[in-house]
Amino acid sequence: MLLKMNHIEKSFGTTQVLHDISIHVEDGEFVALLGPSGSGKSTIFNLIGGMATPDEGTISLNDKIIHGQKGLIGYMPQQPSLFPWRTVIENVVLMQELSGKPNYEEASEWLEKVGLRDFEKSYPIELSGGMKQRVAFIRALLSKQNLLCLDEPFSALDEFTRIEMQKWLLSVWEENRKSILFVTHSIEEAIFLADRIYILTKRPATIKEEIKVPFARPREESLLNTNEFFQLKQKLFNLLKDEIEVGE
Amino acid sequence: MKWIREKGGAIFLLLFILCCWELIVRLKEVPGWLLPAPTVIFSEAIKAIPTFSTDILSTTQLAILGLTIGSLVGFIIAVSLHMMPKVQKLVYPLLILSQNIPIIVLAPLLIIWFGFGLLPKLIIIGLVCFFPIVVAALDGFKNTAPELKYYMEMAGASKSQLFWKLELPHSLPSLFSGLKISATYSVMGAVISEWLGAKKGIGVYMTLSQSSFRTDRVFVAIFTIMLLSVIVFGLLRLVERIVIKGKLER
Repeated sequence: MLLKMNHIEKSFGTTQVLHDISIHVEDGEFVALLGPSGSGKSTIFNLIGGMATPDEGTISLNDKIIHGQKGLIGYMPQQPSLFPWRTVIENVVLMQELSGKPNYEEASEWLEKVGLRDFEKSYPIELSGGMKQRVAFIRALLSKQNLLCLDEPFSALDEFTRIEMQKWLLSVWEENRKSILFVTHSIEEAIFLADRIYILTKRPATIKEEIKVPFARPREESLLNTNEFFQLKQKLFNLLKDEIEVGE
Repeated sequence: MKWIREKGGAIFLLLFILCCWELIVRLKEVPGWLLPAPTVIFSEAIKAIPTFSTDILSTTQLAILGLTIGSLVGFIIAVSLHMMPKVQKLVYPLLILSQNIPIIVLAPLLIIWFGFGLLPKLIIIGLVCFFPIVVAALDGFKNTAPELKYYMEMAGASKSQLFWKLELPHSLPSLFSGLKISATYSVMGAVISEWLGAKKGIGVYMTLSQSSFRTDRVFVAIFTIMLLSVIVFGLLRLVERIVIKGKLER
């Protein structure tokens, strides 16, 4: 088991944010955390990323406790967070730079694979939103960590780009099969991408339900129109409905 | 062509002011020691070039040396204060207070302490130059995009990696605007420092011209100072364009 969070409790001051959170991610598994906005999804990432420590419970990576240790996961934020003064390829190797010598050849190969070969020497401002996210994902991938944490990476993109990016992510992932923990508030996105979905309640967040996604891989876009997909979506929607506060 | 379209208006206005000046001096027959006409100043400038150029050179050297020292000191102070936020809280108000002392009143003190050599001059220029750098650099460091900082921390960057890979490059535009202000000040600082006692330099040339009522030469000195400041400013802009890569997204 790669990542394991065991009965995590976390409060900020008097506000309890997380209550009894237990999740795990297996090797090569794609797991989604689905929850309403402000349900403490980013707090979970902060804990895994070592930016905060749990009040109670343990977090372990490969059976080692990792509280407060940074740099152990590959991370892709909501905003692409590319460095504007670095070219695309320089951005991609950033994570490697922090821990050792960057491998430009490998970076170059990956950029070619994802169709960004011509943009290697471009600056981020010249890229479209989808391209920036692709660069950000490759950067996380090349960090050489076994667990990638993706924090609502496509939420800022328009609908069409988002579907394209989801398909793109799946195709890259099929080749690579790193473990992914994916935070999202989109039901469709969670079902389309993940093997398993944890549904979070509103604050203080607990795990409301764990759902196994039964669809085989590789998944095609046509899956989105099947009856099974629709039924699962409806089920998740009903589960989540109670968690959305009116007026939010 | 684009340059002319953008700056054309300002140049035209400048020419217009000079023409008015020339006209008024000629029509009212203003004596030359009171206000020389632009044409007189211009011809005096050309006549003075052979002797005056050594003064210009001396002042330029002084200004560049002072600017270099001042901005290095400023940069080091800014980095240290940035790395030690508690010290910054303590020292920053004092730094601002120090800027309320007009440099010129420090001159007698500096002469008493350090004599008439190069050192007090460099101290004056340095004092004028370091402050804009400190403020600009601290501002730049502080305004580092929070999402990039968060990303770097998640990625496990050390404090020095955070500084060299993110905060420093991110603050470059701000740093350069500080540097440009300092550069303009440095020429002024150099001239003031020369008033304290020097053998040559634009400041010396100015004092000599003033005491012999050669107002035209005083104006030559003034225009030279302006020109020098503009050149230093322009050079820095050039360096800025080379150094700052990829436009910042705001």
